[in-house]
Amino acid sequence: MDYLDFEAPIRELDEQIAKAHALQAESGVDMKDSLVELEAKLAEAQAELKASLSPWQRVQLSRHTGRPYTMAYIEAMTGGEFIEMHGDRHVKDDKAMVGGWGAIEGESFLFIGQQKGVNTKMRQLRNFGMANPEGYRKALRLMKQAEKFGRPIVTLIDTPGAFPGLEAEERGQGEAIARNILEMARLKVPVICIIIGEGASGGALGIGVGDRVMMLENTWYSVISPESCSSILWRSWDFKETAAEALKLTANDMLKNGLIDGIIEEPAGGAHRDPEGMFQTLSAEILRMYRELKDLPSDQLVAERIEKFCGMGVYEESAS
Amino acid sequence: MSTDWFHRQEAGITTPTQEKKETPDGLWHGCPKCKVIVSAEDHVNNVWVCGNCGFHNGIDAKEYFSFLFDGGNYTELNPTMVSKDPLQFEDTKKYSDRLKATQVKTGLQDALTSATGEMNGIPVAIAAMNFKFIGGSMGSVVGEKIARTIDYSLKHNIPFIMISKSGGARMMEAAFSLMQMAKTSAKLALLDEAKIPYISLLTDPTTGGVTASYAMLGDINIAEPGALIGFAGPRVVKETIGKDLPDGFQTSEFVKEHGFLDFIVERKHLKARMSQWLRFVGNLPAPVKAE
Ligand SMILES: [Zn+2]
Repeated sequence: MDYLDFEAPIRELDEQIAKAHALQAESGVDMKDSLVELEAKLAEAQAELKASLSPWQRVQLSRHTGRPYTMAYIEAMTGGEFIEMHGDRHVKDDKAMVGGWGAIEGESFLFIGQQKGVNTKMRQLRNFGMANPEGYRKALRLMKQAEKFGRPIVTLIDTPGAFPGLEAEERGQGEAIARNILEMARLKVPVICIIIGEGASGGALGIGVGDRVMMLENTWYSVISPESCSSILWRSWDFKETAAEALKLTANDMLKNGLIDGIIEEPAGGAHRDPEGMFQTLSAEILRMYRELKDLPSDQLVAERIEKFCGMGVYEESAS
Repeated sequence: MSTDWFHRQEAGITTPTQEKKETPDGLWHGCPKCKVIVSAEDHVNNVWVCGNCGFHNGIDAKEYFSFLFDGGNYTELNPTMVSKDPLQFEDTKKYSDRLKATQVKTGLQDALTSATGEMNGIPVAIAAMNFKFIGGSMGSVVGEKIARTIDYSLKHNIPFIMISKSGGARMMEAAFSLMQMAKTSAKLALLDEAKIPYISLLTDPTTGGVTASYAMLGDINIAEPGALIGFAGPRVVKETIGKDLPDGFQTSEFVKEHGFLDFIVERKHLKARMSQWLRFVGNLPAPVKAE
């Protein structure tokens, strides 16, 4: 397990707990009392950390190398019965965007999401979770399939952005994202979107227009990453912490500003500390939201979805 | 195809704002590309295009309105809308100060002006971006004014024309800016369902979140010659691929060759070509006197 610098107190307690376990196993000394004490200290340290996290620390947690990625969620939530679907039917199969069918407790869903790689080789294959136009077009093809068969859609968002490459421009990255946003606005089936890691800009929104848009507790969602924002507005890479504050990109700020529908709590210390617990929470949340949406007439679903996004923005007009 | 959208309004559209074509400061205009000098008056009469080399100088909403609407007559929509700085954003300057200073300097309220009037006798609603207002960046006001212009098109059953010219999102409005992509695209879905024509004109430059939302969603997407059009800016693409970009990368001509524009149109033919397309899709009679 990798630790971020601000996770140092947790690392220390993890190590003490591991030592206590090892000592108990080696020498047979009963360490139960001190383990109980250490676990309590750990819980306290995690609660303290949670209460004090800065926006930049949330951004770091959203990128934690131990954090589960899209496929891990889908595999766990569907009990290993996920069937992946490939290809946009025009150019190729984008490995940075995955999609396919599975069921949670007997309810089938069409799943879509950006996939980051779990090691160096896979990170390259997955293009660091940065989809090309064909990824967005694959996602749309599958979402239209779900609509055709009247089944709900779940999108798991985790991307540092849509890929800014040469071929991406040639093949219409802007058009692909734009088309998805428009078509998602009028899908006649329930659409549930969840930011599970990084929600960077148009690359995130390209699979992010839903009846429910939720953020996990330690994720970020904005128009630009704090690093790029720092480099553009402050003309230096050194203001990423300040930019993270200014962008109001945390789940709490996004909810407060009415730009998302809710926050999903992560296990103590973050999703990377207990992926299994995180999968269970998310499964339950998806089913809860689906039950709220499934009996709404499709016209109402679409009208309310469009109305929700059309209400976003802050401006004023003088009486004329 | 229904032509409901052509049904003329009862004398509803009044045209009180007779705008004179603005003459640039001074009596002469030097072309930034070929350096040929013409009188300021000729420059305006040539719709701010160099008569020698064809360079299309960047112009803002009011200049487009002056030659697209018949007789330069139009009614502006939602003219007083301004941003409220929802995040109290501050980088090297306060966003609220930046807004005020830009409003004073440009005489504009924000980066978008919208209006309605007739174009070769066809009633239309046009939303056009003002690049000189914080790089034509898209914040809440831009998104809301586009949404309201589309509402106007829907209510009056008239075609919608969008003239884009923008560096993309307004970072100082962060996620509020991002969600304007969803707002405008969702409204365009309604316009599409109502089968009302939507023309998207892309001008120099059109990049970022604007390209990834309304600018690429026209029934026809068209562009002025030589405009920079892309999702990622050329500097970012260059850094990504680690080598020089091919000649002509992300120009109108490049984007058309790759299949994302219906045609490229010189500014002097813009009004005629847009009217012509509207006449064809609506199966309308040709005007008695072509303009
Ligand atoms: Zn010239």
